[in-house]
Amino acid sequence: MTDTAQKELKVKEKQEVATPAEQTRPGIIFSPNVDIYETDQKLMLLADLPGVRPEDLTVDLRDDVLTISGEVQPFEGPNEKDILIEYEIGKYYRQFTLSEVIDQGRIDAQLKDGVLQLTLPKVEKAAPRTIKVTAG
Amino acid sequence: MDEVIKKILQKEVTMFYPRFFGMPTLRTFPPFDELSRMRQQMDRIMDAFGGRAPGAMGAGVFPAINLTEDDDHYNLRAELPGVKTEDLDIQATASNLTISGERKLAAVEESAKYHRREREGGRFSRAFALPKEIDPNRIEARLSNGILTIRLPKAESAKPKRISIGN
Repeated sequence: MTDTAQKELKVKEKQEVATPAEQTRPGIIFSPNVDIYETDQKLMLLADLPGVRPEDLTVDLRDDVLTISGEVQPFEGPNEKDILIEYEIGKYYRQFTLSEVIDQGRIDAQLKDGVLQLTLPKVEKAAPRTIKVTAG
Repeated sequence: MDEVIKKILQKEVTMFYPRFFGMPTLRTFPPFDELSRMRQQMDRIMDAFGGRAPGAMGAGVFPAINLTEDDDHYNLRAELPGVKTEDLDIQATASNLTISGERKLAAVEESAKYHRREREGGRFSRAFALPKEIDPNRIEARLSNGILTIRLPKAESAKPKRISIGN
């Protein structure tokens, strides 16, 4: 009856960020689940960010540190009463240190269905070329 | 025969379950009374902490949901990042709601090497019994930015009615 190739998804609790930087506004911060994999040409990063719209997402890169930070809108209307709450709403924040292998000028970010897809292309090796010599 | 019965009764007599308060008393079964009382006390302590044991939320079944209500509707929300509408199936009767589907992860090249693998893909199915009756013909469901929001209008019979008082 059970198809062993298709496993059932289990709930994974959202991880809170361990030592967040001090915030000006109160709220809980989560560390989003990411998949990072590498091919010959690029590094791919996929992050689960449900509830984050493209305008609420900041992908920041400076000093070789990549920071992903997303805001989530509160969902409850004013008259709603809670019956069962199984997950919390909060911001998402995660940082990574990139190696210098990444061509930082060509990074591509797409946010679709609450999943961020970050393409980090690797630096192309300098193509061999002959250098023209001019008389000085 | 009598001897055997006496031996068995003696064994019963010596099996008492120690209690934290009061004199030890005889119990034959169940041995879980003590545990259920401890659990009740822990529940009371947890209520004092805001009603939510940290890290012990939910039934463990995917997806985690938040169910709220106002006067006319139930609102059910779930986080389903990466799930497309064609992979999601919602069924409802007047008293039950079933959400099922599949979360597919993007295909990855054969030669790729993983540095981190925290996201999971797979099938899921979860059924809810709603506290009151709803009207299944007027349900609205929306999936956007990975959040599924379902508005379930309460059946007319389930809405509270003002009762006028005569004199």
